[in-house]
Amino acid sequence: MPTPDDRRYSKEHEWLKADGDEGSIGITEYAQEQLGDIVYVDLPEAGSSVAQFEKMGEIESVKAVSELFSPAGGEVTASNAALVEKPELVNTDPYGEGWLIRIKTGDTAEADKLMSAADYDAFVQGLG
Amino acid sequence: MNDNRLEPTLHELSRPGRVAVTMPAPSRRANIPPELLRDELRLPEISQLDVVRHYTRLSQLNYSIDTQMYPLGSCTMKLNPKVNDAITAMPGFADAHPMQTADQSQGSLAVMHGLQRILAEITGMDDASLAPLAGAQGELAGVLVIKAYLESIGEKRTTIVVPDSAHGTNPATAAMAGFNVVAVQPQPDGDMDLEHLREALEEHGPTVAALMITQPSTLGLFDRNIVQVAKVVHGHGALMYGDGANLNAITGQVKPGDLGFDVMHINLHKTFSQPHGGGGPGAGPIVVKEHLVPFLPSPHVVLDAGGSTLEAGSNRGSSNLHPPASSFALVDPPFSIGRLGAFHGNFAVLLRAYAYISSLGGEGLRAMSEAAVLNANYIRARLRDAYYLAHEERTCMHEALFSAKKQKAQAGVKALDIAKRLIDYGYHPPTMYFPLVVDEALLIEPTESESKETVDAFCDAMLAIAREVETDPELVRTAPHTAPLGRLDEATAARKPKLRW
Repeated sequence: MPTPDDRRYSKEHEWLKADGDEGSIGITEYAQEQLGDIVYVDLPEAGSSVAQFEKMGEIESVKAVSELFSPAGGEVTASNAALVEKPELVNTDPYGEGWLIRIKTGDTAEADKLMSAADYDAFVQGLG
Repeated sequence: MNDNRLEPTLHELSRPGRVAVTMPAPSRRANIPPELLRDELRLPEISQLDVVRHYTRLSQLNYSIDTQMYPLGSCTMKLNPKVNDAITAMPGFADAHPMQTADQSQGSLAVMHGLQRILAEITGMDDASLAPLAGAQGELAGVLVIKAYLESIGEKRTTIVVPDSAHGTNPATAAMAGFNVVAVQPQPDGDMDLEHLREALEEHGPTVAALMITQPSTLGLFDRNIVQVAKVVHGHGALMYGDGANLNAITGQVKPGDLGFDVMHINLHKTFSQPHGGGGPGAGPIVVKEHLVPFLPSPHVVLDAGGSTLEAGSNRGSSNLHPPASSFALVDPPFSIGRLGAFHGNFAVLLRAYAYISSLGGEGLRAMSEAAVLNANYIRARLRDAYYLAHEERTCMHEALFSAKKQKAQAGVKALDIAKRLIDYGYHPPTMYFPLVVDEALLIEPTESESKETVDAFCDAMLAIAREVETDPELVRTAPHTAPLGRLDEATAARKPKLRW
């Protein structure tokens, strides 16, 4: 699966896709592949706030529980309710239906601290 | 799914009116209020022979060290000698009660005191506590001892450093004891990265309480930098915590106390032949250097001062590991971190370990670790062409760390698939996906107990699977095929658990 170039990426393998003054957030193909079958996702509720590169929730696979780090800061406007019943969406469609949360993005400079799709691919390549 | 290989439940075997034992009718009705009586009670009705066969068949479905090899890395699934059980069944031990007074329990206390001394001797420490009821609780006790000690000398330290190859219990223990956790990475060759460690210690400076480290490491390697590591850690006023998970590799060869460790826990169920798991009783004694002794958990077994003077003459210069009886007492160390459970730890487990160590003796223990390391290196050598070795250039200790990344790249076959296929060959899967720092990890620990023939047969199975990956990868990806149940859908089981039937 090619890495979509319509969004930006963190070293923690999360993506941020800007949409006006909102942004949606999810994990990458590489992340879901490393984690294995996702069984549970614990996300921040709408109305709460997240900070860039800070812990925003947890994701549990059959292998382990891992922390989720937000690629950008802002107020959470929605979390993906479909994942409660179907956490496997994160595996099957990490860049689409498997999105995690939407936020009202504040600081536009934050996106500059993230990587382009090409840079992220090179970063993953370097992880061996 | 192979339903014919599954054992039906007792209710499925039940037929109305069938009985195993005909009970005499009660001569007198119990005085139970009528509203509490019920007409129907859904108990299975089965003949005695069918009950016997049901449980016998269930026991045959079980996999255990008494039936097959159990190459579970980091778990040290060795022989549990039956003589250990014979000794715990001796009436003097089996009939002892923890509420008996010390003077009625001198034999049991002598065993506990002897074990404290032996464990301290093996690890090069000054004293031991047998109070922790499992390895993880031993870790917690050890870290709480460190915390109490540092507070006693007026140090407020809030951080514990852990290598990222550590057992997950290490950071969990540190967090549970109220510490922040900082991870450090090993060098590419598996040893601790001294530069990175120095940087971490300088960054977190005087807040670092301890480094928690496993020696040999979870990579199955003896960390050659360990003495330097201890110097650096001590230089920052922090303590060295040893995770004793891999003690089997070095028992009788090198003492962790001599390497610079201040405290460590010991998993009696690994190194000292106690049965594993199943929710049974455990024991995770800790051993400490002298400065930590006053903080040990309660109770602690001591040789009563009066008694030792009185009995000194009768010791006849024999090993001081076996002091004379009738002089042992249970005490609370002066600055003890407190109790970890009721009474005196899991005594029968402690006794079995004492029996095991006594039956082997010093020479035997040394031979034990040598054979364990030899067996692991034999496997390493036989499988190295078929499977990627995590540390190609180094001999291993008691376990060999492979990766299935060759098979994954070649045919999309993962460590999990290889582990499942081993079930078809009659082996328990090895530890997989641990340590986390190695992709598709397969951690294989044969222990010293296995014969060359068994180890060879296991290696033959691993090599056969490697060939199957080349010729028929689907066979491996869909394994197991001969087990009572085929590949389990773990993801659905975790997503939609059915917690009753």
